[in-house]
Amino acid sequence: MSTSDGVLVRVHDVGKVFHRGSEEIHVLAGLNLEVPRGEFLALMGPSGSGKSTLLNLIGGLDRATEGTVEIGGERVDQMSERKLAAWRARHIGLVFQFYNLLPVLTAERNIELPLLLTHLSKAERRRHVETALRAVGLTHRARHFPRQLSGGEQQRVGIARAIVTDPTILLCDEPTGDLDRKSGDEILSLLQALNREQGKTIVMVTHDPHASARAGRIVYLNKGQLFAENPG
Amino acid sequence: MKFFYLVWRNLTRKKLRTALTLLSILVAFLLYGFLGAIRLAFTAGVSMAGADRLIVRHKVSIIQMLPVTYKERIERIPGVVAAAHQTWFGGIYQDPKNFFASMPVVPDDFLAMYPELLLPEAQKQAWNARRTGAVVGRTTATRFGWKVGDRVALKSPIWQRGSRNDTWEFDLVGIYDGAKKDTDTSQFFFRYDYFDEGRLFAKGEVGWYTVRVRDPAQTAAVARAIDAEFANSAYETKAEPEGAFMQGFAQQVGDIGTIMIAILSAVFFTILLVAGNTMAQSVRERTEELGVLKAMGFNNGLVLAVVLGESFLLAALGGLAGLGLAWLIISRGSPVPGMLPVFFLPTRDLVIGVVLVAALGFVAGILPALQAGRLRIAEALRRQT
Repeated sequence: MSTSDGVLVRVHDVGKVFHRGSEEIHVLAGLNLEVPRGEFLALMGPSGSGKSTLLNLIGGLDRATEGTVEIGGERVDQMSERKLAAWRARHIGLVFQFYNLLPVLTAERNIELPLLLTHLSKAERRRHVETALRAVGLTHRARHFPRQLSGGEQQRVGIARAIVTDPTILLCDEPTGDLDRKSGDEILSLLQALNREQGKTIVMVTHDPHASARAGRIVYLNKGQLFAENPG
Repeated sequence: MKFFYLVWRNLTRKKLRTALTLLSILVAFLLYGFLGAIRLAFTAGVSMAGADRLIVRHKVSIIQMLPVTYKERIERIPGVVAAAHQTWFGGIYQDPKNFFASMPVVPDDFLAMYPELLLPEAQKQAWNARRTGAVVGRTTATRFGWKVGDRVALKSPIWQRGSRNDTWEFDLVGIYDGAKKDTDTSQFFFRYDYFDEGRLFAKGEVGWYTVRVRDPAQTAAVARAIDAEFANSAYETKAEPEGAFMQGFAQQVGDIGTIMIAILSAVFFTILLVAGNTMAQSVRERTEELGVLKAMGFNNGLVLAVVLGESFLLAALGGLAGLGLAWLIISRGSPVPGMLPVFFLPTRDLVIGVVLVAALGFVAGILPALQAGRLRIAEALRRQT
C-alpha cells in the first residue's frame, strides 16, 4: 500500500478548526506533510501546537476542515464512517500515551481485540497474539491483567495490540510520556526495531527530544505550521 | 459469538453493582411468575368453563337453595341437553386449615356434565354401587396421602347429621385426574342421596344446577327460558353462562387481572430505571475505552451492538433466573391448596416473561448504546488528557 513515488502519507493543504461555543480555534492551517514508506518520523512541538490533531487526521480518527489526507493513495478524508472504520482496522496501529488497555481483559485478550474485526479463526487469532507477544517480549505476562503490569509492560502490550494486525502504519501519541526514562528507552528501542527490522512506517508525536532522537526524521509543529527545524 | 467474552467481561467490571442489578431483575421476574400463577388460580374457573354450560342458581344469591325437582323441569326446556346439581358442603379434613371444595352430586349426571374429570370406569361403577362412596381429585389425594379404599371423615361448617354430629364419613372409591393442566383436581365429590338422607334441614334442596345446552350460540336464549320457567315462584332463578358465573365469583376478590397488571407495571418501570441507570453509568465510565475500540476499527454499529449486548445479557441473566426460580417454586404446588387449587405457571406467561426479558434488555440499553455508537473518537480520547 504505497504510491509509485514511495510516499505513504500525503497531507495536503490541511486545515482544522475547532469550535468552542461561537469561538473558532484554528489548530492547523494549510499544512503539508509527506511521509515515505518505512520512515520513522517524530512530530514535535509544544502543547496545543496540533500534534495529536495531525496524528488523528492521518489515522482517520478525525476529519480535516479543509485539505486532503491521502494514505497509500487512498483519500481518507472522503471515506464514509463505516468504510473509515474498516480502513483503520486494516491499516492503522495506534499506541497511546496512557496505554488505553481494557482493564477487564488480560494482556492477550487486549492484544486480540483488533483481530476480532478480522475473519481469522480462534486458533489463527491465538497464533497472531503469540507472535505479537513474542515481538514485545511479554509471552510470560500473557494472562496478566493490566493492573498487574508495570507501565512499561502495559505500553508493550499496547504496542503488541497495535502491531498484531500487521498495519500499514503505526501512529504513536506520546508513547513514552507516562514512563520513566528506562521504560521509555525500552519502548523506543522496540519502536526502532519494528521500523528497522520490519520496515514499519511510524509517526510518533512527542515533546521529548530524547525520544525524537531515535526517529529517522523530526518535524516541528508550531501554531499549526510545520517546520523542518525547531523554530524555537 | 467472538464478541461475547468482551460483553461478558464488561458486565463483570463492577461486580457489586452488576450483582445488585441482577438481583433486582431476578426479584421482579420471580414476582412476575408468582403473580402469573396467582392470576391463573383466580381465573382458572373462567378458562375451564364450558362454552355450552349454564349455571342456574337462586335469583337472590348462591347461598339460597333450589328444589331438587327443578332438574326435570329444566331438562324439559327446549335447547337443554342435561342438568346436574351440586350443593356447597365446605369439607374440612381434621383441621380447619385442611379445607377444600366438596359437593354432593348424582354421579352419572355429574360425570356426564364434566367430561374433563377423568375417572376410570371401574371406579365409576364402585361409586354408583356404594352409597357412602366419594371421589377426590389427584391434588387433594396426594396432599393428604389418600388412596382408594380409605375411609375419610369430613366436617362441614354448614351441614350437620345430628344435633352434635357434624362429621360425615365417606369411603374413597375413586381418584380423578384432569383432562387439561388447568383442570381443578382438588375437589371432593360424594353422593347426593347419602347427603340428603343424613342432613338435618333443607332436604330436597340443592345449591345450583349446571345445565348443558345443545347449541352454545343459544345459551343466552336458553338462560332466559329457564328464568322465565321459574319466574314468580318461591324459588326464582338466575341462569348465566358458566364463564360469567366463574368470573363473578373470582371478581368477588377484585379484578385480579387489573391488580396484577398494575403491580407488574410498577415493578417493571422501577426495574427499567435500575437496569437503565446501570447501563448508562457503565457507558459513561468507559468513554475512553469505547473511543479506543472505535479507533481500532470497531464501527458505530458494532459498538452499539456490544453495549446493547451487555444490556441483553444483564436482563437475560436476571430475568431468566427469576423466571426459572419462580417456575421451580411454583411447580412444588400451591402454598394454599384449599384457596388456590389450580396453581402453576402457564406456558403462555412464561413466553411473555421471556419477551419481557428481551424488551427490558432492549429498552434499558438502547439509549446508552446509541450514545456509545455516536461517540466521536477524538473527543472520547481527549477526555483523558
